[in-house]
Amino acid sequence: MQFDTNNHERFIYHFDPEENDIDMQTKDLEIYYGKNLAMHQADIQFKKNTITALIGPSGSGKSTFLRSLNRMNDDVATVKGQILYKGVNINQPGIDVYEVRRRIGMVFQRPNPFAKSIYDNVTFALQRRGIHDKKVLDEVVETTLKQAAVWDQVKDSLHKSAQSLSGGQAQRVCIARALAVKPDVLLLDEPASALDPVSTSQLEQTLRELKPNYTIIIVTHNMQQAARLSDYTVFFNLGEAIEYNKTRKIFTRPKIKLTDDYVSGNFG
Amino acid sequence: MNRVQKQSQIAIIVLKAIAGFVVLILAFLIGYIFITGLPNVSWKFLTSPAKAFSSGGGIGVQLFNSFYLLILAMLISLPIALGASIYLNEYAKDNWFTSMIRTSIEILSSLPSVVVGLFGFLLFVVHYNFGFSIISGALTLTIFNLPLLTRNIEESLASVADDQRQGGLGLGLSKYETIIHIVVPAALPGIISGVILCSGRVFGEAAALIYTAGQSAPALNFGDWNPFNIDSPLSPLRPAETLAVHIWKINSEGIMPDLTQVSSGSAAVLVLAILIFNLSARYIGRKVFEKMTSMN
Repeated sequence: MQFDTNNHERFIYHFDPEENDIDMQTKDLEIYYGKNLAMHQADIQFKKNTITALIGPSGSGKSTFLRSLNRMNDDVATVKGQILYKGVNINQPGIDVYEVRRRIGMVFQRPNPFAKSIYDNVTFALQRRGIHDKKVLDEVVETTLKQAAVWDQVKDSLHKSAQSLSGGQAQRVCIARALAVKPDVLLLDEPASALDPVSTSQLEQTLRELKPNYTIIIVTHNMQQAARLSDYTVFFNLGEAIEYNKTRKIFTRPKIKLTDDYVSGNFG
Repeated sequence: MNRVQKQSQIAIIVLKAIAGFVVLILAFLIGYIFITGLPNVSWKFLTSPAKAFSSGGGIGVQLFNSFYLLILAMLISLPIALGASIYLNEYAKDNWFTSMIRTSIEILSSLPSVVVGLFGFLLFVVHYNFGFSIISGALTLTIFNLPLLTRNIEESLASVADDQRQGGLGLGLSKYETIIHIVVPAALPGIISGVILCSGRVFGEAAALIYTAGQSAPALNFGDWNPFNIDSPLSPLRPAETLAVHIWKINSEGIMPDLTQVSSGSAAVLVLAILIFNLSARYIGRKVFEKMTSMN
């Protein structure tokens, strides 16, 4: 992929860091697959305790961008530039990448419960960190499954295989699993694309309830979902951020023609 | 009926006939072995030692040897195969080194077992001076078994969806933790089936053992389980004729009067054991998976 380096029209909203709590921020980000530049020109600030949606056509780089935020791209891509998490650049040698991923949790496109019981799915990462106190683990299981709004459905079958759950329940167990390690940022990569409409709206409700305590960044190909759910929206196209603004503005009065074309369904 | 329908009907009939033919051969072989062999099998036959010159000998020692050799060979080869397949499937980059390992495994798996046996004879029996012994046999069986087992386990690991690995890494676990605690358990049913299927192959192997574990089955003292005593069943340094080798040997140079009965009885026991291995492989794999994925 080659980019026209001439400046496109773009509009990137900037928060005043004096007045806003910025949880994450990218600066001069460049992501390469081999020698191919897959993402650049994406300086985005993510405000604490908001939901930000990343939208754009397939291949626009929105997932690539998301996955680099907690260094999940380490093995497949070269990421240059700064990724600031609470002011610290986590994209530099010497950063404990496991700690980064603990604090910046991730939920994937397809529900991926481990071949373990629901209980073990949620507590697995804690057990690996040496927490074996049953009281503590029990409490984590109950809190996180309640946060993920799946407690009532699974509380009587905590020791059944998580892989026997339906897609929507499994996805919410995966959210609980991510919450169990106490992250403060939650990255979601098209978390509803494998779910039916009912499960999708339940999932969205869950995310709304999580918002007061987490900074949520969600990739979605569903524009209605972005419009319903998010406070801010980034529109990506061909590996760059074209427009970043309040969701309401992106969907009602976009400043860039390309964004307008995309959200009104003229391409993509 | 039009031409296409006719064609498809003929094709189905031909394919069914071919499949039926294959099943028929198998049924005939197994049926023949069981019908001629099973009447000679009794508890006494299964437990008493072989007799070289008189009738009434059994296969007790050979049967024990077969299982003991199998277990030892698996104890040696399983960790190596597991390590190799984890490396190949999870860590190895696609370069000349990896492809060299894969080619080596391919070649190793296509070596005739008698060649592996003679190699084991030269290396373990002669060079390292282990003599005709269980340990020589087990090491040789490891060479024979390793390629197939490695490939089996690698396939099981490869069948675990990639998002399981991503899920582990996403929780802040290391790659090693993810592989050992998430990927391998998810692959366990396949791994167990593979191990059992390989066991069947090892159990029936004769050529690789003739020159390594030896062709004699000295009487064992089943009251003595100290592996350091030479007549203890557990001693790894004693020669140990297995059931498959026994069948080969009595048919080529046996002189006992009830040779045919002993031979067909042994064959029936061998085939039965291998059938049990094969039929149980899937079942046990599935049971283990159910047990593992839930605590109920």
